Amino acid sequence: MQASQQSDWIKKWRQMRLDYQLYVLVMLPVAWVVLFQYFPMYGLQLAFKDFKIMEGITGSPWTGIDHFIKFFHSHQFWTVLKNTIFISMYELLAGFPLPIILALALNATLRTRMKLTVQFVTYMPYFISTVVMVGMILQFLNPRIGIVNMLLGLVGLDAVNFMGEPGWFKHVYVWSGIWQTTGWGTIIYLAALAGVNPDLHEAATIDGANRLQRIRYVDLPGIMPTIVTLLILNSGNIMSIGFEKIFLMQNPLNIGSSEIITTYVYAVSLASSSPDYSYATAIGLFNSLINLILIMSVNQIAKKTGDTSLW
Amino acid sequence: MKDTKVRLTRSDKTFYWVNDLFLIVAFLLVLYPLVYIISASLSDRVAVISGKVFLWPVDFSLEGYVAVFKDPRIMIGYGNTLFYTAAGTLINVVLTILAAYPLSRKTMVGRNVIMYIFAFTMLFHGGLIPNYLLIKNLGMIDTRWAMLLPAALSIWNVIIARTFYQTTISQELYEAAAMDGCSHFRFMWSIVLPLSKAITAVMVLFYGVFHWNSYFNAFLYLKSPDLFPLQIVLRDILVQNEIDPAIVTDAQQMQVKQGLAELLKYSIIIVASLPIWLVYPFVQKHFVKGVMIGSIKG
Repeated sequence: MQASQQSDWIKKWRQMRLDYQLYVLVMLPVAWVVLFQYFPMYGLQLAFKDFKIMEGITGSPWTGIDHFIKFFHSHQFWTVLKNTIFISMYELLAGFPLPIILALALNATLRTRMKLTVQFVTYMPYFISTVVMVGMILQFLNPRIGIVNMLLGLVGLDAVNFMGEPGWFKHVYVWSGIWQTTGWGTIIYLAALAGVNPDLHEAATIDGANRLQRIRYVDLPGIMPTIVTLLILNSGNIMSIGFEKIFLMQNPLNIGSSEIITTYVYAVSLASSSPDYSYATAIGLFNSLINLILIMSVNQIAKKTGDTSLW
Repeated sequence: MKDTKVRLTRSDKTFYWVNDLFLIVAFLLVLYPLVYIISASLSDRVAVISGKVFLWPVDFSLEGYVAVFKDPRIMIGYGNTLFYTAAGTLINVVLTILAAYPLSRKTMVGRNVIMYIFAFTMLFHGGLIPNYLLIKNLGMIDTRWAMLLPAALSIWNVIIARTFYQTTISQELYEAAAMDGCSHFRFMWSIVLPLSKAITAVMVLFYGVFHWNSYFNAFLYLKSPDLFPLQIVLRDILVQNEIDPAIVTDAQQMQVKQGLAELLKYSIIIVASLPIWLVYPFVQKHFVKGVMIGSIKG
């Protein structure tokens, strides 16, 4: 026992010496990860401290969980939590099925040229930057000169100030996102659909199944593992919704329905005239922890109920 | 597939008809906003502001584009973005390959530990403030480094590249080379890189688009206008509505001024997105390939 363990270590050591160049290669990336990913995690201790610029992160005095309690009791807590969860869930429920439907339709069509053209055009919006995307939204929805209100006027409806009315915010955010990403989202499903065994289609056809039935009983089960994996991935990310886009879409009129946890972190720290770095760190940590717990538990559930999981 | 085309049943005929109609609707819904922006940018400012543009340019004019090239902020931003994209992508690709190749070698002792250390950062990170303080303590605020180093590596791309190496470069190939006295350095340089041009291209594209489009690091870390990338200038113009008064000086009436400002917005959207859209048709298949490799569990 002892001896075999020892020889195991010796074997590993020999292999490491043989492969020393691999470690030399990976050194720089590891250094980057330590400095730019793990060092900020060390900085998370700020959440339990009262940050004094002169004392630095390590020297500042401990305050325990005061910042968390302050956040839970603040009048903003429920607003930002509700907005975060609501916008995320809406995005997931409305946005998740569409790429699947589009991919099934693309896969089914007999017109190859049309398939390629639709793919080409629907992928394009994915490459529009967030800033340009929000700029487009603002132009299109402008109450006076925007094309959407012009079209509403043509059919006799009153102009709507979409960006100024809190009730519209989530719809504008979610549906502009759907416009931008649905086409790109089909790629992964199209790859899965290409892997569906053609014999199954042939057998189904012989048994008298029409194309719609083959989608239901051949295509859909064929891509089910992909669907489940992506659903896990997406539901684990509920707390980390697009900060950058929401931030650009915010204005004083819609802030009540557009302030989410991560934008609130920015608002009380770097954007504030009396910045509270510790408080902001605590709120951010709260968000990341929920996110971590979510993705781990969703993965556990998936592991228990089926054979699909992320790790 | 061919014989289904020859004799379609009645229900299948209906299905294909509805299916194709659905695809056409989806196609038009995505296309229309893009066409509208191009048309608006090529229209006369009066037509834009009075809502005459619906599909095609009305009273064709290039005034908006002339205004874009008159704004010095836009030109400086364009130059800066070119630099950040080129330098940033170079750093990204080098670091990604340096990480992905060793981690793709199954004999490497401890590779799972390193992989775990890398992958954990995708699930959990320090967040806004600790990151900001780090950049500040490193003295990188308001320097070009703040645009290059914090985003120097994407773990997701490391995983994609590693999956690619694992599936295309076999252990036997390395062993054969090692038998002839080939070191890892040499093997990587003269065998892995030439054999994996496809994945390198994918990396260049993914990182390149990321740098071209990103604004948030610049927004957080940069203060001097002469360092601003294009996206920050775009934000000022499109979102904050800050139009350079010099561009609209020759326009006297308020309405004309506003018309030009709106026209400028459409034109700048096109100018900023054009480089990517020009390259896109030629590289679409590489992007798709990248997404598909990413979907294989490594």
